[in-house]
Amino acid sequence: MPGTDDIEALIEQMAKLPGLGPRSARRAVLHLIRKRAILLAPLARAMQTVADTARECVNCGNVGTADLCDICAQDSRANGELCVVEDVADLWAMERARVFKGRYHVLGGTLSALDAIGPDELRIPKLKERVATENIREVILALNATIDGQTTAHYIAEQLEAHVRLSSLAQGVPIGGELDYLDDGTISAAMRARKAL
Amino acid sequence: MEWRDTGVLLGLRRHGETAAIIDVFTPDHGRHLGVVRGGTSRKIAPHLQPGAQLDLVWRARLEDHLGAFTVEPVFSRSAAAMADRTGLAGLNAALALLSFCLPERAPHPDLYARTLALLDHLETPALFPLAYLGWEQRLLEDMGFGLSLDRCAVTGAADDLAFVSPRSGRAVSRAGAGAWADRLLPLPPVLQRPYDAPRTEIAQALAVTGHFLGQHLAPALGDKPLPTARQRFVDGLARQNNSPMD
Repeated sequence: MPGTDDIEALIEQMAKLPGLGPRSARRAVLHLIRKRAILLAPLARAMQTVADTARECVNCGNVGTADLCDICAQDSRANGELCVVEDVADLWAMERARVFKGRYHVLGGTLSALDAIGPDELRIPKLKERVATENIREVILALNATIDGQTTAHYIAEQLEAHVRLSSLAQGVPIGGELDYLDDGTISAAMRARKAL
Repeated sequence: MEWRDTGVLLGLRRHGETAAIIDVFTPDHGRHLGVVRGGTSRKIAPHLQPGAQLDLVWRARLEDHLGAFTVEPVFSRSAAAMADRTGLAGLNAALALLSFCLPERAPHPDLYARTLALLDHLETPALFPLAYLGWEQRLLEDMGFGLSLDRCAVTGAADDLAFVSPRSGRAVSRAGAGAWADRLLPLPPVLQRPYDAPRTEIAQALAVTGHFLGQHLAPALGDKPLPTARQRFVDGLARQNNSPMD
Protein backbone atom coordinates (compact mmCIF):
# COMPACT_ATOMS: atom_id res chain seq x y z
CA MET A 1 0.00 0.00 0.00
CA PRO A 2 1.34 3.47 -0.81
CA GLY A 3 2.26 5.69 2.13
CA THR A 4 2.60 2.88 4.64
CA ASP A 5 6.37 2.31 4.46
CA ASP A 6 7.02 3.90 7.85
CA ILE A 7 4.30 1.82 9.46
CA GLU A 8 5.68 -1.33 7.87
CA ALA A 9 9.13 -0.41 9.15
CA LEU A 10 7.69 0.01 12.65
CA ILE A 11 5.95 -3.38 12.42
CA GLU A 12 9.20 -4.94 11.28
CA GLN A 13 11.05 -3.51 14.31
CA MET A 14 8.28 -4.49 16.74
CA ALA A 15 8.30 -8.07 15.39
CA LYS A 16 11.90 -8.42 16.62
CA LEU A 17 10.81 -8.00 20.25
CA PRO A 18 10.63 -11.12 22.44
CA GLY A 19 7.15 -12.63 22.46
CA LEU A 20 6.06 -10.85 19.30
CA GLY A 21 5.91 -12.13 15.74
CA PRO A 22 4.86 -10.37 12.52
CA ARG A 23 1.12 -10.81 13.17
CA SER A 24 1.14 -9.77 16.82
CA ALA A 25 3.47 -6.85 15.99
CA ARG A 26 0.97 -5.72 13.36
CA ARG A 27 -1.86 -5.85 15.94
CA ALA A 28 0.21 -3.92 18.47
CA VAL A 29 1.15 -1.24 15.95
CA LEU A 30 -2.47 -0.88 14.84
CA HIS A 31 -3.49 -0.45 18.48
CA LEU A 32 -0.80 2.19 18.99
CA ILE A 33 -1.90 4.11 15.91
CA ARG A 34 -5.51 4.09 17.03
CA LYS A 35 -4.44 5.48 20.43
CA ARG A 36 -1.85 7.79 18.95
CA ALA A 37 -2.30 10.65 21.39
CA ILE A 38 -2.53 8.74 24.64
CA LEU A 39 -0.25 5.79 23.88
CA LEU A 40 1.94 6.17 20.82
CA ALA A 41 3.33 9.66 21.45
CA PRO A 42 4.18 9.12 25.15
CA LEU A 43 5.68 5.72 24.32
CA ALA A 44 7.82 7.22 21.58
CA ARG A 45 9.01 9.96 23.97
CA ALA A 46 9.78 7.46 26.74
CA MET A 47 11.66 5.21 24.32
CA GLN A 48 13.67 8.13 22.97
CA THR A 49 14.59 9.22 26.52
CA VAL A 50 15.72 5.73 27.48
CA ALA A 51 17.59 5.34 24.20
CA ASP A 52 19.47 8.56 24.99
CA THR A 53 20.22 7.88 28.64
CA ALA A 54 20.27 4.11 29.36
CA ARG A 55 23.65 2.73 30.31
CA GLU A 56 25.31 0.06 32.43
CA CYS A 57 26.24 0.99 35.98
CA VAL A 58 30.03 1.22 36.05
CA ASN A 59 30.08 -0.43 39.47
CA CYS A 60 27.61 -3.32 39.41
CA GLY A 61 26.49 -3.80 35.79
CA ASN A 62 22.83 -2.96 36.51
CA VAL A 63 21.10 -0.79 33.91
CA GLY A 64 20.09 2.75 34.73
CA THR A 65 20.16 6.22 33.34
CA ALA A 66 23.29 7.43 35.15
CA ASP A 67 26.85 6.16 35.47
CA LEU A 68 26.01 4.84 38.94
CA CYS A 69 22.67 3.03 39.30
CA ASP A 70 20.21 3.99 42.07
CA ILE A 71 21.25 1.02 44.21
CA CYS A 72 24.97 1.75 44.08
CA ALA A 73 24.29 5.45 44.69
CA GLN A 74 22.50 4.78 48.01
CA ASP A 75 24.82 4.76 51.02
CA SER A 76 22.26 2.80 53.03
CA ARG A 77 22.78 -0.21 50.74
CA ALA A 78 26.47 -0.39 51.50
CA ASN A 79 25.82 -2.80 54.40
CA GLY A 80 28.67 -5.20 53.62
CA GLU A 81 26.48 -7.69 51.72
CA LEU A 82 26.97 -8.23 48.01
CA CYS A 83 24.56 -10.35 45.99
CA VAL A 84 25.98 -11.82 42.77
CA VAL A 85 23.43 -12.43 40.01
CA GLU A 86 23.74 -13.65 36.44
CA ASP A 87 21.67 -11.05 34.67
CA VAL A 88 19.87 -7.74 35.21
CA ALA A 89 16.54 -9.62 35.06
CA ASP A 90 17.69 -11.63 38.12
CA LEU A 91 18.56 -8.39 39.94
CA TRP A 92 15.07 -7.07 39.21
CA ALA A 93 13.56 -10.35 40.49
CA MET A 94 15.51 -10.01 43.75
CA GLU A 95 14.39 -6.39 44.12
CA ARG A 96 10.75 -7.42 43.56
CA ALA A 97 11.05 -9.81 46.51
CA ARG A 98 12.29 -6.93 48.77
CA VAL A 99 14.31 -9.25 50.97
CA PHE A 100 17.80 -8.06 50.19
CA LYS A 101 19.02 -4.67 51.37
CA GLY A 102 22.62 -4.75 50.18
CA ARG A 103 24.24 -4.16 46.82
CA TYR A 104 24.41 -6.32 43.70
CA HIS A 105 26.94 -7.45 41.17
CA VAL A 106 25.72 -8.52 37.72
CA LEU A 107 28.04 -11.06 36.05
CA GLY A 108 26.52 -10.77 32.59
CA GLY A 109 26.25 -14.54 32.02
CA THR A 110 27.65 -17.83 33.28
CA LEU A 111 30.65 -19.95 32.48
CA SER A 112 29.78 -22.28 29.62
CA ALA A 113 32.05 -24.91 28.13
CA LEU A 114 29.80 -25.32 25.09
CA ASP A 115 29.68 -21.60 24.28
CA ALA A 116 33.34 -21.08 25.24
CA ILE A 117 32.46 -18.44 27.85
CA GLY A 118 35.30 -18.27 30.35
CA PRO A 119 35.90 -16.09 33.44
CA ASP A 120 37.37 -13.28 31.34
CA GLU A 121 34.11 -12.89 29.43
CA LEU A 122 32.22 -12.27 32.69
CA ARG A 123 32.57 -9.44 35.23
CA ILE A 124 34.51 -11.62 37.67
CA PRO A 125 37.68 -9.45 37.81
CA LYS A 126 35.48 -6.46 38.77
CA LEU A 127 33.80 -8.61 41.46
CA LYS A 128 37.20 -9.42 43.00
CA GLU A 129 38.08 -5.73 42.93
CA ARG A 130 34.83 -4.80 44.68
CA VAL A 131 35.33 -7.41 47.40
CA ALA A 132 38.77 -5.95 48.03
CA THR A 133 37.73 -2.29 48.09
CA GLU A 134 34.11 -2.05 49.31
CA ASN A 135 34.45 -3.55 52.78
CA ILE A 136 32.30 -6.55 51.84
CA ARG A 137 31.57 -9.03 54.67
CA GLU A 138 29.46 -11.54 52.78
CA VAL A 139 29.02 -12.45 49.12
CA ILE A 140 25.70 -14.14 48.34
CA LEU A 141 25.84 -16.19 45.16
CA ALA A 142 22.29 -15.95 43.80
CA LEU A 143 22.96 -17.82 40.58
CA ASN A 144 20.54 -20.06 38.73
CA ALA A 145 20.16 -23.67 39.92
CA THR A 146 21.49 -24.96 36.60
CA ILE A 147 24.71 -26.80 35.82
CA ASP A 148 26.20 -23.64 34.26
CA GLY A 149 24.95 -21.43 37.11
CA GLN A 150 26.40 -23.66 39.83
CA THR A 151 29.66 -24.19 37.92
CA THR A 152 30.03 -20.42 37.92
CA ALA A 153 29.15 -20.23 41.62
CA HIS A 154 31.82 -22.81 42.51
CA TYR A 155 34.38 -21.00 40.36
CA ILE A 156 33.67 -17.69 42.11
CA ALA A 157 33.79 -19.45 45.47
CA GLU A 158 37.28 -20.77 44.65
CA GLN A 159 38.41 -17.26 43.80
CA LEU A 160 36.93 -15.54 46.85
CA GLU A 161 36.74 -18.08 49.68
CA ALA A 162 40.05 -16.95 51.18
CA HIS A 163 38.91 -13.33 51.39
CA VAL A 164 35.23 -13.17 52.34
CA ARG A 165 32.31 -15.18 53.73
CA LEU A 166 30.33 -16.86 50.96
CA SER A 167 26.79 -18.18 50.81
CA SER A 168 24.39 -19.35 48.13
CA LEU A 169 20.63 -19.54 47.76
CA ALA A 170 18.89 -22.67 49.06
CA GLN A 171 17.46 -25.14 46.56
CA GLY A 172 14.29 -27.13 47.00
CA VAL A 173 10.50 -27.12 46.97
CA PRO A 174 9.07 -23.80 45.74
CA ILE A 175 6.35 -22.02 47.75
CA GLY A 176 3.03 -23.46 46.59
CA GLY A 177 4.80 -26.38 44.95
CA GLU A 178 3.37 -29.89 45.04
CA LEU A 179 5.79 -32.80 45.24
CA ASP A 180 3.91 -34.75 42.60
CA TYR A 181 4.69 -32.08 40.01
CA LEU A 182 8.36 -31.54 40.89
CA ASP A 183 11.21 -32.96 38.86
CA ASP A 184 13.39 -35.55 40.60
CA GLY A 185 16.41 -33.19 40.68
CA THR A 186 14.47 -30.64 42.76
CA ILE A 187 13.17 -33.32 45.12
CA SER A 188 16.70 -34.68 45.50
CA ALA A 189 18.09 -31.19 46.25
CA ALA A 190 15.29 -30.56 48.74
CA MET A 191 16.05 -33.83 50.55
CA ARG A 192 19.75 -32.95 50.76
CA ALA A 193 18.92 -29.49 52.14
CA ARG A 194 16.21 -30.63 54.59
CA LYS A 195 16.13 -28.88 57.96
CA ALA A 196 14.96 -29.70 61.46
CA LEU A 197 11.48 -28.54 62.46
CA MET B 1 12.99 -40.78 9.33
CA GLU B 2 12.35 -41.66 12.93
CA TRP B 3 14.19 -43.48 15.70
CA ARG B 4 13.92 -43.87 19.45
CA ASP B 5 16.84 -44.14 21.86
CA THR B 6 17.99 -43.03 25.29
CA GLY B 7 20.81 -40.55 25.70
CA VAL B 8 22.85 -38.31 27.94
CA LEU B 9 22.50 -34.59 27.35
CA LEU B 10 25.92 -33.09 26.58
CA GLY B 11 24.77 -29.51 26.13
CA LEU B 12 22.22 -27.20 24.64
CA ARG B 13 21.94 -23.78 23.15
CA ARG B 14 18.93 -21.59 22.55
CA HIS B 15 17.45 -21.62 19.10
CA GLY B 16 15.15 -18.71 18.41
CA GLU B 17 12.83 -17.58 21.16
CA THR B 18 11.50 -20.83 22.53
CA ALA B 19 13.40 -23.74 20.97
CA ALA B 20 16.74 -25.29 21.88
CA ILE B 21 19.29 -27.32 19.94
CA ILE B 22 20.45 -30.19 22.11
CA ASP B 23 23.58 -32.28 21.80
CA VAL B 24 23.02 -35.82 23.11
CA PHE B 25 25.15 -38.95 23.35
CA THR B 26 23.16 -42.09 22.62
CA PRO B 27 24.24 -45.77 22.57
CA ASP B 28 22.91 -46.64 19.11
CA HIS B 29 23.14 -43.32 17.27
CA GLY B 30 26.24 -41.83 18.86
CA ARG B 31 26.47 -38.11 19.39
CA HIS B 32 23.45 -36.49 17.78
CA LEU B 33 22.07 -32.97 17.55
CA GLY B 34 18.47 -31.91 17.08
CA VAL B 35 15.94 -29.22 17.85
CA VAL B 36 13.62 -29.42 20.84
CA ARG B 37 10.62 -27.20 20.23
CA GLY B 38 9.68 -25.35 23.39
CA GLY B 39 13.00 -26.47 24.88
CA THR B 40 13.47 -23.24 26.81
CA SER B 41 10.01 -23.33 28.39
CA ARG B 42 9.60 -23.52 32.16
CA LYS B 43 8.18 -27.00 31.79
CA ILE B 44 11.00 -28.58 29.80
CA ALA B 45 14.08 -26.44 30.61
CA PRO B 46 14.65 -27.91 34.12
CA HIS B 47 14.93 -31.37 32.55
CA LEU B 48 17.39 -30.24 29.90
CA GLN B 49 20.38 -29.90 32.19
CA PRO B 50 23.73 -31.31 31.04
CA GLY B 51 24.21 -34.87 32.31
CA ALA B 52 20.49 -35.65 32.35
CA GLN B 53 19.40 -38.99 30.92
CA LEU B 54 16.61 -38.60 28.39
CA ASP B 55 14.27 -40.76 26.39
CA LEU B 56 14.49 -39.43 22.85
CA VAL B 57 12.45 -39.69 19.69
CA TRP B 58 14.14 -38.11 16.67
CA ARG B 59 12.21 -37.21 13.54
CA ALA B 60 13.32 -35.64 10.28
CA ARG B 61 12.22 -35.75 6.68
CA LEU B 62 15.68 -36.80 5.47
CA GLU B 63 18.47 -38.52 7.37
CA ASP B 64 20.96 -35.70 6.92
CA HIS B 65 18.56 -33.08 8.29
CA LEU B 66 19.09 -31.64 11.76
CA GLY B 67 15.69 -33.01 12.79
CA ALA B 68 13.63 -32.50 15.91
CA PHE B 69 13.68 -34.37 19.19
CA THR B 70 10.78 -35.18 21.45
CA VAL B 71 12.31 -35.62 24.89
CA GLU B 72 11.15 -37.17 28.09
CA PRO B 73 13.26 -37.09 31.24
CA VAL B 74 14.44 -40.46 32.54
CA PHE B 75 16.88 -39.46 35.26
CA SER B 76 18.32 -36.14 36.41
CA ARG B 77 21.82 -35.91 37.81
CA SER B 78 21.78 -32.15 38.41
CA ALA B 79 21.20 -32.30 42.16
CA ALA B 80 23.99 -34.83 42.78
CA ALA B 81 26.36 -32.89 40.53
CA MET B 82 25.61 -29.50 42.04
CA ALA B 83 26.13 -30.81 45.58
CA ASP B 84 29.85 -31.42 45.09
CA ARG B 85 32.37 -29.04 43.57
CA THR B 86 34.69 -31.76 42.27
CA GLY B 87 31.83 -33.80 40.85
CA LEU B 88 30.40 -30.77 39.07
CA ALA B 89 33.79 -29.89 37.58
CA GLY B 90 34.24 -33.54 36.53
CA LEU B 91 30.80 -33.66 34.94
CA ASN B 92 31.58 -30.52 32.94
CA ALA B 93 34.95 -31.94 31.90
CA ALA B 94 33.50 -35.29 30.77
CA LEU B 95 30.63 -33.74 28.81
CA ALA B 96 32.88 -31.12 27.21
CA LEU B 97 35.37 -33.82 26.18
CA LEU B 98 32.62 -35.95 24.64
CA SER B 99 31.39 -32.95 22.64
CA PHE B 100 34.98 -32.24 21.66
CA CYS B 101 36.01 -35.76 20.65
CA LEU B 102 33.04 -37.61 19.31
CA PRO B 103 32.08 -37.33 15.67
CA GLU B 104 28.36 -36.91 15.06
CA ARG B 105 26.19 -39.95 14.41
CA ALA B 106 28.88 -42.61 15.00
CA PRO B 107 27.87 -45.08 17.74
CA HIS B 108 30.27 -45.80 20.60
CA PRO B 109 28.18 -48.19 22.74
CA ASP B 110 31.01 -49.21 25.08
CA LEU B 111 32.02 -45.63 25.75
CA TYR B 112 28.35 -44.81 26.33
CA ALA B 113 28.12 -47.56 28.96
CA ARG B 114 31.32 -46.27 30.63
CA THR B 115 29.94 -42.73 30.55
CA LEU B 116 26.75 -43.82 32.32
CA ALA B 117 28.85 -45.62 34.94
CA LEU B 118 30.93 -42.47 35.42
CA LEU B 119 27.86 -40.27 35.81
CA ASP B 120 26.44 -42.72 38.37
CA HIS B 121 29.57 -42.03 40.44
CA LEU B 122 28.33 -38.46 40.97
CA GLU B 123 26.38 -39.99 43.86
CA THR B 124 29.67 -41.10 45.47
CA PRO B 125 31.89 -38.00 45.24
CA ALA B 126 34.85 -39.69 46.98
CA LEU B 127 35.20 -42.20 44.13
CA PHE B 128 34.41 -39.87 41.26
CA PRO B 129 37.96 -38.68 40.37
CA LEU B 130 39.23 -42.26 40.10
CA ALA B 131 36.23 -43.24 37.97
CA TYR B 132 36.89 -40.20 35.79
CA LEU B 133 40.50 -41.27 35.22
CA GLY B 134 39.36 -44.75 34.09
CA TRP B 135 36.76 -43.17 31.84
CA GLU B 136 39.29 -40.87 30.20
CA GLN B 137 41.60 -43.84 29.50
CA ARG B 138 38.63 -45.57 27.88
CA LEU B 139 37.89 -42.46 25.83
CA LEU B 140 41.46 -42.43 24.51
CA GLU B 141 41.14 -46.12 23.65
CA ASP B 142 37.87 -45.56 21.80
CA MET B 143 39.41 -42.70 19.85
CA GLY B 144 42.36 -44.89 18.81
CA PHE B 145 44.98 -43.49 21.18
CA GLY B 146 44.84 -46.08 23.97
CA LEU B 147 47.74 -46.39 26.40
CA SER B 148 49.59 -49.70 26.66
CA LEU B 149 50.89 -49.89 30.20
CA ASP B 150 51.38 -53.58 30.96
CA ARG B 151 54.90 -54.09 29.54
CA CYS B 152 57.99 -52.04 28.88
CA ALA B 153 58.20 -50.98 25.24
CA VAL B 154 62.01 -51.34 25.31
CA THR B 155 62.79 -54.43 27.41
CA GLY B 156 59.44 -56.21 27.48
CA ALA B 157 59.63 -56.39 31.30
CA ALA B 158 56.40 -56.17 33.24
CA ASP B 159 57.88 -54.73 36.44
CA ASP B 160 59.52 -51.47 37.51
CA LEU B 161 57.48 -49.55 34.94
CA ALA B 162 58.00 -45.86 35.73
CA PHE B 163 57.49 -43.91 32.52
CA VAL B 164 55.21 -43.53 29.51
CA SER B 165 56.51 -42.76 26.05
CA PRO B 166 54.94 -39.44 24.99
CA ARG B 167 54.87 -40.65 21.38
CA SER B 168 53.64 -44.25 21.52
CA GLY B 169 51.73 -44.22 24.82
CA ARG B 170 53.54 -47.39 25.89
CA ALA B 171 55.06 -47.97 29.31
CA VAL B 172 58.82 -47.84 29.80
CA SER B 173 60.71 -49.36 32.73
CA ARG B 174 63.46 -47.55 34.64
CA ALA B 175 66.06 -49.83 33.07
CA GLY B 176 64.61 -49.35 29.61
CA ALA B 177 64.45 -45.56 29.94
CA GLY B 178 68.16 -45.09 30.57
CA ALA B 179 69.35 -41.66 29.51
CA TRP B 180 65.95 -40.88 27.94
CA ALA B 181 64.15 -40.77 31.29
CA ASP B 182 63.87 -36.98 31.34
CA ARG B 183 62.11 -37.01 27.96
CA LEU B 184 59.46 -39.49 29.10
CA LEU B 185 56.25 -38.85 31.01
CA PRO B 186 56.09 -40.13 34.60
CA LEU B 187 53.79 -43.12 35.07
CA PRO B 188 51.71 -42.69 38.24
CA PRO B 189 50.80 -46.16 39.65
CA VAL B 190 47.07 -45.33 39.58
CA LEU B 191 47.21 -45.21 35.81
CA GLN B 192 48.20 -48.90 35.71
CA ARG B 193 46.04 -50.19 38.52
CA PRO B 194 43.07 -48.29 40.00
CA TYR B 195 43.34 -47.88 43.78
CA ASP B 196 42.40 -45.27 46.39
CA ALA B 197 45.11 -42.95 45.20
CA PRO B 198 45.57 -39.43 46.57
CA ARG B 199 43.91 -36.84 44.40
CA THR B 200 47.22 -35.25 43.55
CA GLU B 201 48.30 -38.58 42.04
CA ILE B 202 45.07 -38.77 40.05
CA ALA B 203 45.80 -35.23 38.83
CA GLN B 204 49.29 -36.41 37.73
CA ALA B 205 47.70 -39.34 35.90
CA LEU B 206 45.28 -36.94 34.21
CA ALA B 207 48.25 -34.86 33.11
CA VAL B 208 49.49 -37.96 31.24
CA THR B 209 46.13 -38.68 29.60
CA GLY B 210 45.85 -34.93 28.92
CA HIS B 211 49.12 -35.10 26.99
CA PHE B 212 47.66 -37.68 24.62
CA LEU B 213 44.36 -35.83 24.35
CA GLY B 214 46.10 -32.54 23.59
CA GLN B 215 49.10 -33.68 21.56
CA HIS B 216 47.68 -36.64 19.64
CA LEU B 217 43.89 -36.57 19.59
CA ALA B 218 43.30 -32.79 19.28
CA PRO B 219 45.51 -32.41 16.15
CA ALA B 220 43.51 -35.21 14.55
CA LEU B 221 40.32 -33.24 15.24
CA GLY B 222 41.41 -29.97 13.67
CA ASP B 223 43.88 -28.88 16.35
CA LYS B 224 41.38 -27.09 18.57
CA PRO B 225 42.46 -26.53 22.17
CA LEU B 226 41.13 -29.00 24.73
CA PRO B 227 38.03 -27.76 26.60
CA THR B 228 38.96 -25.47 29.50
CA ALA B 229 36.48 -27.37 31.69
CA ARG B 230 38.87 -30.34 31.76
CA GLN B 231 41.81 -28.24 32.89
CA ARG B 232 39.64 -26.64 35.60
CA PHE B 233 38.78 -30.11 36.92
CA VAL B 234 42.43 -31.24 36.90
CA ASP B 235 43.57 -28.00 38.59
CA GLY B 236 40.90 -28.45 41.24
CA LEU B 237 42.11 -32.00 41.98
CA ALA B 238 45.73 -30.91 42.12
CA ARG B 239 44.85 -28.28 44.74
CA GLN B 240 43.10 -30.78 46.98
CA ASN B 241 44.50 -32.51 49.99
CA ASN B 242 46.20 -35.86 49.48
CA SER B 243 43.42 -37.87 51.04
CA PRO B 244 41.31 -39.78 48.50
CA MET B 245 38.23 -39.13 50.63
CA ASP B 246 38.43 -35.32 50.47
